[in-house]
Amino acid sequence: MLEGMVATDPEVETRPIRDLDVTGSDSSLRRFLHGLPGVDQVGAEQRAAQLSTRSIKTSAKAYALDLAISMVDLTTLEGQDTEGKVRSLAAKAMHPDPSDPTCPPTAAVCVYGDLVATAKEALKGSNVKVAAVATAFPSGRAAMDVKIADTRDAVEAGADEIDMVIDRGAFLAGRYLEVFEEIAQVREACGPAHLKVILETGELQTYDNVRRASWLAMLAGGHFIKTSTGKVQPAATLPVTLVMLEAVRDFREATGTMIGVKPAGGIRTAKDAVKYLVTVNEVTGPDWLDPDWFRFGASTLLNDLLMQRMKLKTGRYSGHDYVTVD
Amino acid sequence: MAASSQKFEYAPAPESRSIVDIKPSYGLFIDGDFVDGHGKAFKTVNPASEEVLAEVAEADDNDVDLAVKAARRAHRGWSRMPGSERAKYLYRIARIIAERSRELAVLESIDNGKPIKESRDVDVPIVSAHFFYYAGWADKLKYAGFGEQSLGVAAQVIPWNFPLLMLAWKIAPALACGNTVVLKPAETTPLTALLFAEICQQADLPPGVVNIVTGAGGTGQALVGHPDVDKVAFTGSTEVGKAIARTVAGSHKRVTLELGGKAANIVFDDAPLDQAVEGIVNGIFFNQGHVCCAGSRLLVQESVAEDVLHRLKRRMATLRVGDPLDKNTDIGAINSAEQLARIRELSDIGEAEGAERWSAPCELPSHGYWFPPTLFTDVTAAHRIAREEIFGPVLSVLTFRTPSEAVAKANNTPYGLSAGVWTDKGSRILQVANQLRAGVVWANTFNKFDPASPFGGYKESGYGREGGKHGLEAYLR
Repeated sequence: MLEGMVATDPEVETRPIRDLDVTGSDSSLRRFLHGLPGVDQVGAEQRAAQLSTRSIKTSAKAYALDLAISMVDLTTLEGQDTEGKVRSLAAKAMHPDPSDPTCPPTAAVCVYGDLVATAKEALKGSNVKVAAVATAFPSGRAAMDVKIADTRDAVEAGADEIDMVIDRGAFLAGRYLEVFEEIAQVREACGPAHLKVILETGELQTYDNVRRASWLAMLAGGHFIKTSTGKVQPAATLPVTLVMLEAVRDFREATGTMIGVKPAGGIRTAKDAVKYLVTVNEVTGPDWLDPDWFRFGASTLLNDLLMQRMKLKTGRYSGHDYVTVD
Repeated sequence: MAASSQKFEYAPAPESRSIVDIKPSYGLFIDGDFVDGHGKAFKTVNPASEEVLAEVAEADDNDVDLAVKAARRAHRGWSRMPGSERAKYLYRIARIIAERSRELAVLESIDNGKPIKESRDVDVPIVSAHFFYYAGWADKLKYAGFGEQSLGVAAQVIPWNFPLLMLAWKIAPALACGNTVVLKPAETTPLTALLFAEICQQADLPPGVVNIVTGAGGTGQALVGHPDVDKVAFTGSTEVGKAIARTVAGSHKRVTLELGGKAANIVFDDAPLDQAVEGIVNGIFFNQGHVCCAGSRLLVQESVAEDVLHRLKRRMATLRVGDPLDKNTDIGAINSAEQLARIRELSDIGEAEGAERWSAPCELPSHGYWFPPTLFTDVTAAHRIAREEIFGPVLSVLTFRTPSEAVAKANNTPYGLSAGVWTDKGSRILQVANQLRAGVVWANTFNKFDPASPFGGYKESGYGREGGKHGLEAYLR
């Protein structure tokens, strides 16, 4: 077990990982992951349901909508993606509401590796980051050297962030050390780029697995843990995100290291996004209410956020023709 | 980012009060009509603001007699009505409750002090479900195995913690079985019972089948002591329950009592800790701890005690205490000045006896009756806060080392209403639950209620069961 799993003070304790033996062998890693407290499915889902009954109105809603916009990783991951599509997405990321300069930009644009250079060029001069999916996204079924090459390619093209997928087959087969090594190697290949580790929770199925995979990814050096590729149903859900938020909260208490969380896929409405922010606020606390530590992987979500934002400012719904179609 | 320099402060989100129409004064509901009472009228206040809500009639002995007589007259027709016909009335009541749920929820929160999210999401939906459930039994009584004859007139006295829910627990099975009722709500929370009387009128329930007499202890005594009552059902304190048992001793009256509790919530070291913490919070802070089955004694295994307490305190610090009508309020007002004084007194005794007190940091409103979510550590089984029912948002934390010690400590109480067990190990749940002397044992959850599930106590927590098929037994012969 890690030293300092138990913090005695409600104030956050920052302690180093003293016992690196946790990841020394497959069996010690297994013992550690299986020693984490279990997750009761009914209880976790009930807690998420309770959090989603919070009523966020007026000034709180205005804050939440702007925050949510600033946390969006505006994503296009289609076979039919073109440079033109990526350029228009980049323009939208920088100025989501061209009629209102107070509207914040999104956090990033997320594309396949071959379109990183295009996105980078289009976003030049802005603070919007370029994120690239890599490691044989979305299935992760490729040889290790291919995954590393995929990562290096995206980083060399200028990606600020890499969204990798874990080998769910290896994880489900219990080969935890293999998954750990894979993440650690990709992290190394990222160089200065930040690494988001996609757990693909829809394939891990149980909350116990989600918690274990979260810890595995954090121990292996991921900067973010991310729910889903968006290609598997169910993608992000509130209870899954809740369990991951509990993991990053506990990880910071144990190690002092803060890890970000990114739910991705299936979050389409502003109302849903606000529920996630409420959950962040009440589970990890406000430190995570920042695009550096929480992101939404989404495409259609942004337009609903913008429409709700206009509604709040003007008092009326403007309709779909007043936000851009991408 | 500019956004992150601010804090995520939830703006007020109050439920509208305008949906309910509170009258300046209320009479008694006898024989299908609202009539004047002849006792000294009393005031009911909003515990969150101390604002007087309405003046309510007090039933004196004569009023109680009129109500019992009305119930007796109505019993003749009601008990001979085919069960399928009685069911129609109950279904109608259940539907009207569901239709008027928002109104009932707001009124319950105003009169009782409980947060609107609780009255809206828990109390009122279960009330409606309870009537639906017993409506289904009305024409199937012969299959329950408790006889098919009604008892007659039921005298029912209910507490202030779940005014409408306790009314439903009492009235729904009584009516389904062909009894008629005279019900006395608690003096601090009469308003939803009186709104329920209007619902009975709206449902065209025959006059006298349901009678509601308001008042304090004296009215209750007159009701349970009335010679023409066949059945007494009481939910409330053990002290009053004992007095009622003495009153009816030697008479023909049948009695069920649902009394106090001091439930153990047992957390083993292999429990799903984050969910266990939710269960502990729900167990003791649900309804401000005004819950007879509240998990007021946390028994946590020593090896995880420190971790659980850390998580628990962190969670308690996020509880939102305040305006019961705000949709984001988790913990509302203490129901009365009297109850607040009792909670304060027992908490002070806990401190004086050497237990360590910790309250969640929260700002309490300046008016009304409030108590912050509080826990005591270093509590031993000998402390009064570990033995007596506080009936407030106060948790006593004790530790244990082995399963047998947990069971021994859990059972070491004059009460036995409920208990909770938290472990990932299925076999341990069954083993421990079998040894706990409590009417309800929740496994990896707490404070879950369902009309189909019987509820009731061991030892000084009372006798008889309410809810489910078992709940019919008290109203049939």
